[in-house]
Amino acid sequence: MTIHVQVQFFARFRETLGTESEKLEGAFATVDAVRQHLLERGGVWDVLSEKGIMCARNQELCSLDTAVEPGDEVAFFPTVTGG
Amino acid sequence: MSVRVQAAAFDPGAEVNAMHDANVGVGAVVSFVGYVRDFNDGREVAGMFLEHYPGMTEKALLNIVDEAQQRWPLLKLEVIHRVGNLEPGEPIVFVAAASAHRQAAFEACDFVMDYLKTRAPFWKKENTSEGPRWVEGRSSDHKAADRWKQEG
Repeated sequence: MTIHVQVQFFARFRETLGTESEKLEGAFATVDAVRQHLLERGGVWDVLSEKGIMCARNQELCSLDTAVEPGDEVAFFPTVTGG
Repeated sequence: MSVRVQAAAFDPGAEVNAMHDANVGVGAVVSFVGYVRDFNDGREVAGMFLEHYPGMTEKALLNIVDEAQQRWPLLKLEVIHRVGNLEPGEPIVFVAAASAHRQAAFEACDFVMDYLKTRAPFWKKENTSEGPRWVEGRSSDHKAADRWKQEG
């Protein structure tokens, strides 16, 4: 099933990709499916394959195998460094 | 219990004093203040920018605060985290826990910092002597957070 998701990027990922968010359409079952779709673009998008990548679904930390639903907000970011 | 994410500076001393105001049942207050250093990982640091994920940040901190409240008998728990531009010497983060006896306050404060470091969406970008750089996550922070994992 084709769905829309809003994807957000933060910190070093946002800078490397040159964008902070975009709306994506595709047959995404999981957060990782969204990531794989972006990785297919190659080039700077390879940053999303790095170890230590973190992700969130609807503003809650999640894992790459978390399921996504239509209209979800999905975010990818490097390891957090607050505190 | 409160969580504040703000660009404005705060006074750690005043925040600690406010932990036991009007509650004489508080027998112990443990606080932690994190400051911007002028040197990190081999480079001089002139300042830093703290990015966060508006919308998620406060929720993530509230989840951590809720978990601490479930695990320890706390009378008050406060978290303040700054965002935006900061200079060396400025406080970045404040965590304080108040309880009747010291152990709950010590442990809750330690727990909140460990979880905040590994689960709250903040990123530090340092302005160093050799240009800007994003601070990398530390595996030691994750090991520290793993100490609090509960069985089952």
